[in-house]
Amino acid sequence: RREDTVSSCCPGPLGRGNGVSPRRYLLYASGDFVKVHSVNTEETLGLLCGHADLVTGIQLNPHNHMQVYSSSLDGTIKLWDFMDGIPIKTDFFLWSDTFQLVSVKLTKGAGQDLEGKELSVVLDGVGASSKQIAFGREDSYVVSVKDVDLQVYFFKRKLLNRFSLSTAKTKGGDNRFSCVVCHPTEDCIATGHADGKIRLWRNFHHKKGYTYSSLHWHHDTVMDLAYSLEGTRLLSGGVESVLVQWHNESSCQKDFLPRLGSPIECISMSSDGVLCCTLHTDNRISIINSNLRFSRSIQGLIKSRDVKTGLVVDPRTKALVLNGEPGHLQFYSLQSDQQLFSLDIVQRQYIHQAGLKQSDLVKVAFSARGTWLATVEESEEVADPELQLKLWFYTEETQSFALNTRINTPHDNHITDMCFRDMDELGDDSLILVTTGRDCVFKVWVMVGDSDPEGNVSWSCDFVGSYHNYQATNCCFSEDGSLLAVSFEETVTVWDSLTWDLKCTFCHPPGNIRNICFGRQTCSKYLIGATDYGFLCCWNLLTCALEWNAHLNVVVLQPDPLSEHIAAVSWLSKESSLFVFKPSEPWPVYIQRNLCKEKILLAAFVPRDEPETISSEKYLWLRKSQLFFLTDTQCRLFSLGFILNFGNLKGDRIVTLRFYLHFFKLAVEESLPVTPFSVLLGKHRRQQAQEDTDLGKPVVHNKQEQASPAVKELLHTPAHVLPSASFLCTIFINSLLISKENKSAEEVADEVEMESEKAEDDSDEEDVTAMEQEDTSHIELLGEITCKLSKSQEKELRKIRKMDYSWISAF
Amino acid sequence: MGEFEVHRVRFFGLVPAGVRCLACHPRGSRLALARTDGAVEVYNFAANYFQEKVIPGHEARSVESLCWAAGDRLFGAGLGGDITEYDLSGLSAARGLDGGGGPIWSMVANSSGTQLAIGCEDGSVKIFQVVPGGIQFERNLDRRKGRVLCLSWHPSDTHIVAGSIDFFRVIDVASGQTVQRIMVNHHVEKAKHECVVWAIALLSSGTVVSADSFGRVQFWDWEQGTLAESHTVSTSAVLSLAVSQKEDSMIVGTSTGATYHLQLLPVRLGGLEKRWVRTKPFQFHSHDVRAVAHSPTALISGGLDAQLVIRPLMEKVQKKNYEAVLRKFTFPHRRLVSCARKARLLLFQFSQYLELWRLGSTEETGKDGEVLPLCRMPEHLVQLKSKGPEHIYCSCVSPCGTWLGYSTASRFQLYRVRCDEDGVSLRKVPKVPKLLPPAYQLQFSADSQILFVASARGSVHVFQLLEPGGCKHLHTLRPPSGCSEAVYLLAPSADGHWLAAVSGDWAIHIYNLKCFKVGLGVTPQPQGTRDGGLSMHCPPGSHHCIPGAGLGWLWCGNGGQRQSWRFWFGMGVWESCQPGPGGSHQCMSPPAASLRGAQL
Repeated sequence: RREDTVSSCCPGPLGRGNGVSPRRYLLYASGDFVKVHSVNTEETLGLLCGHADLVTGIQLNPHNHMQVYSSSLDGTIKLWDFMDGIPIKTDFFLWSDTFQLVSVKLTKGAGQDLEGKELSVVLDGVGASSKQIAFGREDSYVVSVKDVDLQVYFFKRKLLNRFSLSTAKTKGGDNRFSCVVCHPTEDCIATGHADGKIRLWRNFHHKKGYTYSSLHWHHDTVMDLAYSLEGTRLLSGGVESVLVQWHNESSCQKDFLPRLGSPIECISMSSDGVLCCTLHTDNRISIINSNLRFSRSIQGLIKSRDVKTGLVVDPRTKALVLNGEPGHLQFYSLQSDQQLFSLDIVQRQYIHQAGLKQSDLVKVAFSARGTWLATVEESEEVADPELQLKLWFYTEETQSFALNTRINTPHDNHITDMCFRDMDELGDDSLILVTTGRDCVFKVWVMVGDSDPEGNVSWSCDFVGSYHNYQATNCCFSEDGSLLAVSFEETVTVWDSLTWDLKCTFCHPPGNIRNICFGRQTCSKYLIGATDYGFLCCWNLLTCALEWNAHLNVVVLQPDPLSEHIAAVSWLSKESSLFVFKPSEPWPVYIQRNLCKEKILLAAFVPRDEPETISSEKYLWLRKSQLFFLTDTQCRLFSLGFILNFGNLKGDRIVTLRFYLHFFKLAVEESLPVTPFSVLLGKHRRQQAQEDTDLGKPVVHNKQEQASPAVKELLHTPAHVLPSASFLCTIFINSLLISKENKSAEEVADEVEMESEKAEDDSDEEDVTAMEQEDTSHIELLGEITCKLSKSQEKELRKIRKMDYSWISAF
Repeated sequence: MGEFEVHRVRFFGLVPAGVRCLACHPRGSRLALARTDGAVEVYNFAANYFQEKVIPGHEARSVESLCWAAGDRLFGAGLGGDITEYDLSGLSAARGLDGGGGPIWSMVANSSGTQLAIGCEDGSVKIFQVVPGGIQFERNLDRRKGRVLCLSWHPSDTHIVAGSIDFFRVIDVASGQTVQRIMVNHHVEKAKHECVVWAIALLSSGTVVSADSFGRVQFWDWEQGTLAESHTVSTSAVLSLAVSQKEDSMIVGTSTGATYHLQLLPVRLGGLEKRWVRTKPFQFHSHDVRAVAHSPTALISGGLDAQLVIRPLMEKVQKKNYEAVLRKFTFPHRRLVSCARKARLLLFQFSQYLELWRLGSTEETGKDGEVLPLCRMPEHLVQLKSKGPEHIYCSCVSPCGTWLGYSTASRFQLYRVRCDEDGVSLRKVPKVPKLLPPAYQLQFSADSQILFVASARGSVHVFQLLEPGGCKHLHTLRPPSGCSEAVYLLAPSADGHWLAAVSGDWAIHIYNLKCFKVGLGVTPQPQGTRDGGLSMHCPPGSHHCIPGAGLGWLWCGNGGQRQSWRFWFGMGVWESCQPGPGGSHQCMSPPAASLRGAQL
């Protein structure tokens, strides 16, 4: 019999209970996932995915250290074999809405999804955080702290003792509890408090005879505590970024590990006591030796207070670039999910003090090949922003950016946008930087050679343009660099980049222009603009006329640099939706409604290393690039969340996971061995799906038809020109062999597959019928452009598919 | 209510002497305290920790250690090398006996109180027998080099542990031999400094608890000579240590003013294994805590900042009442200021001198609570130094401001004060009648004609003051039944007919001054409580006294009738102490005249 307790609902960014198992695996809850990190090799070994919501706590199975329990906001407790990443079983529970400590009896059965029924409340009124609950020695009692109350419940004696501290805040004291841990071998409870005190409680089975002593070093809240294996050492951490080790409960003997970089949120001890790890507020885990020596750190995406720079992709490393530590620019590799490096831009000591106005990085732009980096920093003063424009040159020798030019006060007011002229073929001579400012001008900066013999270059202002004294809000260059579009409030102006003549203006009143971008490749004659009045407009640069417009409240407009696709994210009635379109066509290529409940703030296309082979037409636009989103999650802290393609990752460091998952799924489905049975199964599923959906959009189902280029070819070739079956056989068999590699992945993604499939079905229902649903606004629908496939097209598609499958089954 | 002038007197620069040592009575009813100036005080726990007796200090008499022995006898020993017994009824140091080993650093009595052990500068430990009427040297125990700073008897009286510099040793009392010597300065970085064992305790289990100048409290098994536990409670020296009688709790005092509570707690709930754990720290003092004591229900500490702090143990207190209150004694419980109301003079009593001040005055009037500007600043008129090493017992200035008297242990002096334009002149009154000193209280009558001198054995001497500067012994008032205790408090009535005197056994006698007879005798023990310190006020026709804390008594003596009320200050309720018709106490109001007196 085993009892496991999970607080019923606990919104916290990162679950505690990241334990290091004896064989040096570090497990941590990260968003919806549990990650397995090898301490020895410093790599992420596995990913336990299957929870549909935030993982709130993880706990190693005390009877089997290769297994871990995880609890999640989705109301389940899962047991995993974390080495293989296999969910062993899942228990569903129906939780009440209040915070209670309940004891649940986990079912014995070996099935996958079991509903737990035996649920008894142990304690009422417990804190929301798992740091506020601890089990005592040999699980004989449980302790819960909340506000100024400490509750101890003895399981055997069924005795509840409650101790209260005074609420008075005398002499700067604040008795509220922040966390609790229990001594592993003795009956001693250590509690952390909001004023930085640690209290050690003893004799707490007596209502009156209880006693406590206190240790005080921290000046602010004790964020977490941990006992060593034998209980001789107590670790504490807080906002000071110092790990304090207390020996033998003595306030005189203590050791410090200072300068850990950022406030400590959680402390966890490995089960053999050799290592401990601390979780920091900037989304980093530090691994620390038992002799209090810093060992190494696992750095995820740094949570910045505010991502002012937007999401920028470094053309050189394909890393995502955004605000990191204050005043720093972080380069974050999405492929490896780790930080590549951090560039100090502001180069000033950041002082952690509330209310202090300090400079921070607000804009970043890379030149096309990534050799130049332009940054804008401004202080938080509203009246006098103290702007600085810095230009950095990438030096191969040092493999980093070196400061080339610093321009003080490039504009008289805040800089709103900045872009380089992307002209790969013309080389550095054509390199132009354009900045737009709220001082109603845009400025063109060019490189000038210095007179000194070393041939150094520096940047200086070449041209200042303005339009009717409107504030300049956005700028962008066309793909060939010949045209510059600058938006001035309601108007978009197009300038010749050679002569700096105003070529034409576009306007779609009412409403200011929020975003603009040029079309690419085949669509380079189009200019796309989104207004804050809820319109997406496409102007033809050749005819200087409005090509089409749609009524859509676009928040983010992001062109794919490698294709003609443009992604637009709308925000309406508390949900974000994604629309991908080509400027040349007035209907979207892809629609994902209800992408997430949070507002998406930023998006970026990140080029793939190699184009993916995606058969599904629906996802063809993702062939060369991946799309990433940044949402503002309404956590207690401001935390970044990335949404990858589909579904939201509210968590912290999970960046690529959802995305991979989705593609796992695609891959899995495509690589199903095409046996008569599987085809039958596929058919069955398809039929079911078709029955479910009224307007059954068949696009999705096409993905099942091909597993590899071989099969694809096979299917696309008319039957009468196909070679003989004996010839085709080897190719076909080979394709099956390749697909086998993904088999284990299939198992991993089993759980997810179901869910995402469901999600997809939902999206299918939504249909491609379009943007006209944004009717809640006060403007009448102007653009009648919808993007329905004609009935005949639909029919044709269906026919093709049907024919194909019958053909395979015949095979 | 009349019009009042409130003076904020901020020129009484009394510096109380620090607390040097504490001794809890074995039965836990009294606490003896010695200050650095040699004064010894006795506090009564039962009477709300009231300061019952004060024996003023003496320049040549330092007290390093106090102990209760043979029942209620109090002994003190100090760096003068003498062992002194204190006469608690006569409030004087009675007899001294030279210890014979140089300055005495510590003295402890055995569990039965029949023997005293002293630790001397020369490293010897000597045993004295307590005999009726004094003490007698019994024998020397093994002498080793190094002053003996602290001593502790084993509860079974078989062994004594003696703490010294860098080591402590255990002595077998029967043989007088040192059976174990343990160095305490091992394995410490500071080993180049000497490690002073400031306090030590020998528990019945054979554990020795030592507190040393490295800030450690260490637990030793003396038979094995091994260190069982070591608690570094402070970065500064641990100066004092006291263990409860049950040996499950102890208090240590450090040189930073912090005291720490250590408790013997089970390691696991319900388990047998127990361990000493440092639990609560207290920072009541600003300076060194030289003395701590552990009564059954409270932790007591006294520091060089002159504070005595009594912190009740909450788990031992049954009800949350007055018993559970943290007490801090900073101010003396005695009258050190006397006021000449008509002459607007204040007399301040210091340990060895007196100061006479004239109050400032103002010509303006103002509303309630308003601070008025002074037109004349307070003026220091004269400082009168007492000769000799003795400290002053009591002092008084007459209401008219022309007479001033004080008393030390051996002398009683009366002065005539003359204030004129040239300044102040003091003239000693010659030929003061010889009395048995000391005087415990001096009191002038309201018309400044008569001086009352409280004396030993319950007697009050009455002097008539004569112009221009003389005095005459009129009468000696004695209680009819006799009394062994001295009179502590005096209060004459305003009309000069009555005098109330309170002696150390808490009997109140009211004398008729016309015929020098006892008018009324009350013993305020209606319910067996011994409520404490009294200051008396006698309005016409009624008498009342207000004790130090919590409870006030009021007696009305109208035409031989006697009624008493008791006033609970906290509750504001008067309660009659005479049983009502139903045998119960009645809550009723005393006569209005009496209340007026009480309000004054």
